This record gives sequence, structure tokens and C-alpha cells, in this order.
Amino acid sequence: MGDNLVEITNLHFQRNGRPIFDGVDLVIPRGKVIAIMGPSGTGKTTLLRLIGGQLRPMAGQVKVADQNIHQLSPSKLYTLRKKMGMLFQSGGLFTHLTVFENVAFPLREHTQLSEAMIRTLVLMKLQMVGLRGARDLMPSELSGGMARRVALARAIALDPALIMYDEPLSGQDPISMGVLIKLIRTVNDLLGLTSIIVSHDVQETLSIADYVYVIADGKLIGKGTASDIKQDQSNHVQQFLQGLPDGPVPFHFPAVSWEQDLMRAPKS
Amino acid sequence: MLSQRTIETSVGLFLLAAIGALLVLAFKVSGLTSFFKTEGYNVTASFDDIGQLKVRAAVKISGVTIGEVSAIQLDPTTYKAVVTLHIHSNMKDIPDDSSAAILTAGLLGDNYIEISPMYSKTFLKNGSDIEDTNAAMILEKLIGQFLFKIGNNSSDSSATNSNDKSVEKKKSISKGE
Amino acid sequence: MIDRIALLGRFSLEVIRDYGKAGQLLWQVIFRFPQFRKGFPLVLQQIYAEGVLSLIIIIVSSLFIGMVVALQGYHTLAKFGASAELGPLVALSVARELGPVVTALLFAGRAGSAVTAEIGLMKATEQLSSMEMMAVNPIHRVISPRLWGGFISMPLLTMIFNVTAIYGAYLVGVKWLGLDAGVFWSNMQSSVDFHLDVMNGIIKSTVFGFVIAWISVYQGYFAEPTSAGIASATTRTVVYSSLAILGLDFVLTAMMIGGW
Repeated sequence: MGDNLVEITNLHFQRNGRPIFDGVDLVIPRGKVIAIMGPSGTGKTTLLRLIGGQLRPMAGQVKVADQNIHQLSPSKLYTLRKKMGMLFQSGGLFTHLTVFENVAFPLREHTQLSEAMIRTLVLMKLQMVGLRGARDLMPSELSGGMARRVALARAIALDPALIMYDEPLSGQDPISMGVLIKLIRTVNDLLGLTSIIVSHDVQETLSIADYVYVIADGKLIGKGTASDIKQDQSNHVQQFLQGLPDGPVPFHFPAVSWEQDLMRAPKS
Repeated sequence: MLSQRTIETSVGLFLLAAIGALLVLAFKVSGLTSFFKTEGYNVTASFDDIGQLKVRAAVKISGVTIGEVSAIQLDPTTYKAVVTLHIHSNMKDIPDDSSAAILTAGLLGDNYIEISPMYSKTFLKNGSDIEDTNAAMILEKLIGQFLFKIGNNSSDSSATNSNDKSVEKKKSISKGE
Repeated sequence: MIDRIALLGRFSLEVIRDYGKAGQLLWQVIFRFPQFRKGFPLVLQQIYAEGVLSLIIIIVSSLFIGMVVALQGYHTLAKFGASAELGPLVALSVARELGPVVTALLFAGRAGSAVTAEIGLMKATEQLSSMEMMAVNPIHRVISPRLWGGFISMPLLTMIFNVTAIYGAYLVGVKWLGLDAGVFWSNMQSSVDFHLDVMNGIIKSTVFGFVIAWISVYQGYFAEPTSAGIASATTRTVVYSSLAILGLDFVLTAMMIGGW
């Protein structure tokens, strides 16, 4: 039992012929909040799915709790998944169940607890995210931020060891962002979880992350603690962290030169 | 989301409605009298011509169905059609000198077998044979017979007519003279 | 030119792959059928959603169809003086053909499209992925109940369709056009054979139910998780189901007329 909950070595993954990961190595140590950042479309969600075993890599290894996740039998995979929680970008709440029922779902599926016990546990989780009073609402009646909090309560219902957040802060107003960020850190420390946050909200994420990986163009372009990363010398990393419009990621989409386009006669 | 109990109740009602529909279809629409092969005994009858008679056609006495045709075969030596009738077991008392005829239900209907009971004191049982049979009436044969009869009649009546006319002429000639 | 042949080849390969995927899905649904106690309430819920909620459209349509067939049939039969045969005409048309086929087409349009849209939407909003990550097999939880629900509901709906259509014909023939009720029913009873006509119709509807359920579940599960993708998957369900129903109807009728 090592110190690292997740170890990724030499990961290669392609989609439609495009390389998404081209030899990436990462480790996720236990008990910490790890941020994985990078520009949109670099496959950060894909990384989470690879860790969860929903996708298979073309080459390389993904080890979770010292087990190669892609070599597990389906039943062992399901057992491992019970120890993982995942928060999807859209929340992924079941639209035909109430908030209470949504959080109770994993408990009902995987445990034989009595209704009274389940009720207590659900209320505890909802209390932790601050939505105990919303237990009878339907997901369609919740705001985006509230839906994500319910999804978080559901993800921690079985007290997992690892929890993965896919862009938890995207599209949120400042207050919701603050709430979610606080929750991620609190939940991690209170329950002794390991958290992986995939995000591109630089300021908020860096404020709670213990360690950061920056991925772009399928490769790891920077890693370190939050303060280390801010001082990273690479132009690419700095463009990302500071949000500069032009730099290693160019402003103009590749095209012929401006003069050539203007001079060319229009096609009739 | 409706409660589980409402859902179960409505599905139960749905199932009952469908079963009820099936029963109505079975008994009112298709006139099924029983699911199982009715108890009965088999009797044979040989016909010169069975016309349009088919297996499962009704066997009736005085228009009431008492059984059905279970098989139709050709006897290779007598070249007659041997029809096996399956008669329900509650009709035990059919005299064994009864006659069987193939009739048509209505003008354009299907053929069925009508048994006309006679007076014998011994009854048909399993394996008996009905000897007195009337073949089906085939339309072409009927027309042929009809034309033949007309032909005969007209040759007879033209002979009598010409006789009368010559007698008339003789009378008028003798009167008019 | 060569490009077009290559395109055709690739298209055929895609089609074959799709059939393979559909077959795999079916295999997982049928042969890995899990705990009965957990699955049964889900199937019941789906029978409610697909069967009970389709009752209204089935009953209304069948009533009108029975009435129209009776009306049209009467006017033609009356020319031959055979209006007493109206009962058999309606009963045989409905039990053998109209019942199973029309019920199947309506079912595909109402329940089939609903199932496809629902599954597609669950896929698009990542509900199926959440389930997978929670170690709950979405095929057992979501797909399988909907397939069984459709398969069970179809014959039940067909039986109800048959009865209400014949009742509609009774209303038109006897109550409105003045045929004798006794003649109507007794001619019907003597012409309709339970095993050959009614049961064969119900066997057809079972086959149709299976096909519609399979197509609608497949299209939903493999839909593109975008709004355009779900819309086209729903359309495909209705179109493919309808074509399959009509084609299978011919095949089954040919098999049945010959006496199996």
C-alpha cells in the first residue's frame, strides 16, 4: 500500500486519430487535493474517465490503489468503483428522483441498511453540503450550484476513498464558487478523502490545491505546489495562469497570410 | 413520480383488462366452446364427391352441431372419399342406419355434413361406418342434368304439338268447305 | 468513382457494426438478467409508462378503426346482399391484421419514441455515466426494464385494441345501420377460429413488441448525446420500427397462411 492512491505511467490515448495524451506520468498522493488544469479540450474529462476505468488507454498504465484498473474483471471493477466518487460537469442527478432519493440511491443499491439508517446518513450528507432543507425538491427545481452540491452529497454517500470533480466551478456565480471551493476542501479534510479537481478556474483552484499538474497538447507542461506553479518559467504555463490572449497558444487560427487573402480574386 | 402503489395497481388493472379482452375474443368473437379436444368417438362415411368439404367442417343433425370432420382421405380401391367424423360423446344415440349428406350453408357458404337419423335400434359407435350417403351437389352436374331434362321435354312436346295442329287443320278444312 | 464504392463499402460496414452493437446490447439485457426482486418493480414501472399510458390512444384509435371498417364494409357487402357477413369481415380483419399492425405502429410512435428520447437524454445529461461510476450497471437499471416493459405491453394492448375495434363495429353495424345483433355475433363466431385468427394475431403482436422495444432501446442507448442527436435517434426509432413491423407482418402472414 503505497503513498499514492493513483499512479499513471506513460499514458497514451487517442480519439478519432487525434492524440489526447502522449506519454503522461502523474501520481496522486493520498489525502491531498490535486488540481489538473489546462486549456479546454485537452482531455481533462477523458483523464478522469481513464482513471475510473470507463475508457481504455492505447498504451500505458493506470493504477488505482495498486491495482491496474484496466485489467480488473467487471466485478472487481465495480467493487473498486464503490470506493470512488465522481462529480460530473452537469451534476448527473437523476431527474425523476427527489434530492433525498438521489443521495439515497447509492446507499439503497449497495447496502442493506434499514430505512431509518439511510435517512440519517442522507440527512448527514445533505447537512454537510448545506442542503438539508432542500431534500424534497426535484432536480429541475434546483439552481446549477445547488445541483452540484447535491451531486457532491451523492458522491460521498458511500464514504469513498477518492473523489473526482469534473469542472465543478464552470459557469457559477462568485458566491456559488466560493461555496463549492470551501466544500471541496472541507469534505476532503473531514472525511480523509483524496480529491482530484479538473478545472480551468485558476484563482479558486489554486487557493485550495495541494499540488497542481498543468496539461496542454497531450503533455505535462508543469507540475508543482500552488506557489511553485505560479513561478514556473515556461511561457505556456504563464500564458495559461495569467490568461494572456496570445502566446504559445496563438490568437489567430492557422490561415494563409492576410495580404494573400485580400489579393486573391473572389471565386465566381 | 406516482407512488409505487398507484403504479402497481394500474398495471394490475391493465393486465386484467387485457385478459378480459382475450376472454371476450375467445368466447364471444370466435365462439370457442372449449380449449381442449372434446371427448367423442369417430365414425366414417364414404362419399362419391365431397365438393368443398374441409377438415374441421361441422357435423350437424337438424342443423345443430354435434361434431366435426377430423380427416378426409381417398380410398384407393373404391375411389370414394372416406371422411372421418368426430362426434361428441354426449350424442351416443345415433341410429346406425342414418344417412349422411353434404350440404351447403346458405347459398355461398361452406359445406357441412348433415346426418338424418333413421329408425334402427342399434347405434353408431367408435369405428362404425355410415353406409347411406349422398354426395355433395356440384353446380356443374346440376346444370348438366337440367339442360338434359329440358332437351328431352322439348322434343316430346314438339311431337304432341305437331299432332294437335294437323288435327286442327283437318277440322277447319272440313268446316270451311 | 472509386471513392463512391469505398463510401458504399464503409457504409455497409457501419451498418453491420451497428447490428453487432444491437445484438450485444440485447445479449446483455436478456442473458444477464439480475436479481428479480430489484428488477421487478422497475419493469412494472415501465409497463405503466409504456402500456398503461398508451391505453388512451389505443382505445380511441381502435374504436374509430372498428367503426370505419364496419361502415365501409357494410356498403360494399350490401351490394352482394351479404351484409350479414359484416361481423366476420370486421373480426377477421382486426384480429389477423389491423389489430397487431396498427397497435404496433401506434406503440412505436408513442412509447418507442418516448423510450428512445428518455434514454438518449439520460445519456446526454450524464446520468448513465453517473450510474456507472456508482457501480450500478445502467443496462440492468435503465435499459432492461424498458425492453421488457415494451415486450410485455404490446400483446396486452393488442388484445384490448381487438376488442374495442369489434365493439366499435358492433356500434355502427347493429346500433346505427340496423343489422341484427344475433346474426352479427353468430356469423362472427362461426367464421373466426380462435387458434388460427386470434392467437396468430397475438403471436404477431408479441414479435412486433420485441422488435419495437429492441429498436427503441438501441437507438436511445447509442444516440449522440446532443439535442440534434437525440432528435434524429427518436425519428429513426419510429421509422425503422414502422418499416420492420410492416415487413415482418408480411413474413409472418405468409408463414401463418400456409399453416405454420
